[in-house]
Amino acid sequence: MRTPITWLRRNLVVIAGLGTLAYLILPNVVVTVFSFNNPTGRFNYAWQEFSLDAWKDPCGVADLCGSLSLSLQIAVWATIGATVLGTAIAFAMVRYRFRGRGTVNSLIFLPMAMPEIVMAASLLALFLNMGIQLGFWTILIAHIMFCLSFVVAAVKARVLSMDPRLEEAARDLYAGPAQTFLRVTLPIAAPGIAAGALLSFALSFDDFIITNFNSGNTVTFPMFVWGSAQRGTPVQINVIGTAMFVIAVLVVLAGQTIGNRRKKAQPK
Amino acid sequence: MTDNTAGGDVRLAGISKHYGSFTAVHPLDLTIPQGSFFALLGASGCGKTTTLRMIAGLEEPSTGTVSLGDREVTHLPPYKRPVNTVFQSYALFPHLNIYENVAFGLRRRGVKSVKKQVDDMLELVQLGQFAERKPHQLSGGQQQRVAVARALINHPQVLLLDEPLGALDLKLRRQMQLELKRIQTEVGITFVHVTHDQEEAMTMADTVAVMNGGRVEQLGAPAELYENPKTTFVANFLGTSNLIEAEVLESGSDDVVVSSAGAKLRLPAGRCSTTPQAGGKLLVGVRPEKISLVHADEEDTIAAGRNKITGTIADSSFIGVSTQFVIDSPVCPELEVYVQNIERDARLTPGARVVLHWNPDHTFGLDAAQAIDAGIETVEESA
Repeated sequence: MRTPITWLRRNLVVIAGLGTLAYLILPNVVVTVFSFNNPTGRFNYAWQEFSLDAWKDPCGVADLCGSLSLSLQIAVWATIGATVLGTAIAFAMVRYRFRGRGTVNSLIFLPMAMPEIVMAASLLALFLNMGIQLGFWTILIAHIMFCLSFVVAAVKARVLSMDPRLEEAARDLYAGPAQTFLRVTLPIAAPGIAAGALLSFALSFDDFIITNFNSGNTVTFPMFVWGSAQRGTPVQINVIGTAMFVIAVLVVLAGQTIGNRRKKAQPK
Repeated sequence: MTDNTAGGDVRLAGISKHYGSFTAVHPLDLTIPQGSFFALLGASGCGKTTTLRMIAGLEEPSTGTVSLGDREVTHLPPYKRPVNTVFQSYALFPHLNIYENVAFGLRRRGVKSVKKQVDDMLELVQLGQFAERKPHQLSGGQQQRVAVARALINHPQVLLLDEPLGALDLKLRRQMQLELKRIQTEVGITFVHVTHDQEEAMTMADTVAVMNGGRVEQLGAPAELYENPKTTFVANFLGTSNLIEAEVLESGSDDVVVSSAGAKLRLPAGRCSTTPQAGGKLLVGVRPEKISLVHADEEDTIAAGRNKITGTIADSSFIGVSTQFVIDSPVCPELEVYVQNIERDARLTPGARVVLHWNPDHTFGLDAAQAIDAGIETVEESA
């Protein structure tokens, strides 16, 4: 620490890191702070005074908790559907040679590349032409469709990097096809599958554009937030947002703690 | 698997393997005696690994049958065969620790208490204290021993080893060769070892099958293969041979006399892989270490009855225990001679005129109707 310049040079990485972190976290901080606000009007944009009212009564606004629960349900089912289908597709594409494999391979990634609004409009046209009632099921179908490509991408990468000899070794060691899949293939592919599932959940939960087109009268949480922003933003929205952020951070911390403990448990 | 101890020979009858129009293994008959250490030796792509995989059940033969003892297993899936494999690069399960890797086979067969067996097996390969580690926390040599333990714990009728030492450095490889040989002697299980390293095959195996282009060129004990190669491929692939193109002068019942560039050479008729006809061609071979080398001035010290060739030293390299000479002679432009460094003659330097001589009994004869350099290129490629 001879001169400020050398000090800066040595700590540049740390400074840049902290700066990026601040940039990412600042919006969350604002949301959190305003969840303790007690606004005078219908809009929660200016700080008035500290209050726990919203935290004590998160469902105090009409339809908020209903839409939240609907969004969670859709996210859970979409995750399950997309993960199961996507994992199967990924295995099929890596392991087997079949007609139309190349086509499927490129089409499956189309939802990732296409503007959401285009997909939303074309899906709506499809549902209307087929005479399907818009609602829970159309949202679920749409969500599974766009989550699928993310699961396929994540699982495929994992399966591709997997040594085929591992499965041969399992078969050689008296594991039948089912045992080989359950004991060797699945555990090794698990990180890819988990990554795909997490992505699916997050994507489905906060999707607005496609859902808005294909929901009919059904209102999901993002749609509720959008709708209420027109008429005024209840503090409860900040409460739900903050809670989700805290839960996500806790999950990540728990995962890291378990991982570290496992590493320490290894004898030297 | 109670029949594991019953044992029996591994018998391959007419097995072959095609991939589309490519024939990886030509119809092959092979019997591997119970309890033997058998090596399949050849360059990459010669069909040795495919043969091994057909025994393991990982590859189904296009034709022919595989039998273990009296039981035909050709169409049995690998998990129903009393055969285990040590894979190239080991294929240890990365998500399981060493203990569970070794216990895998026992657990799949429904063995309830595996602890004692696993502990004993880890002791055998000297890895007792590593039971809780994951495979990636072990060195290459340790991983290799886990792979052996994982296969051996099942007491297979046959243990298949697919280039198990290929990923190890030279010193470790020598050590593991002895280790594997020790384990094989201890457990008495039939080992079938696939390798491209001729030294490894000769050190470890009781019987070596040299494969080339999907066929077995020759099969026998290492010394037998080395001393009496039947084809130029075997002569060149196993060690080094000096092959001389010669014309047959006389073909008697005991001796064959040939001539090459004016030099008369004698060899025992019993060591010819073909029946030489007077006036016909023959490839005459001699190993570099069988040849003695004297300076041209001392030609008269050579005992009568020995095969003699004159030449000039083209190159010499000193490698400690011996000196390797390359001799330019009228019969062959690159004759190799290895001379033990007992008493070094200072005159034997490049450019010196020399006489090579050897006992005619150490000469072998090969059919001249084959490529003289077969097996040379492939050795360099795999080295």
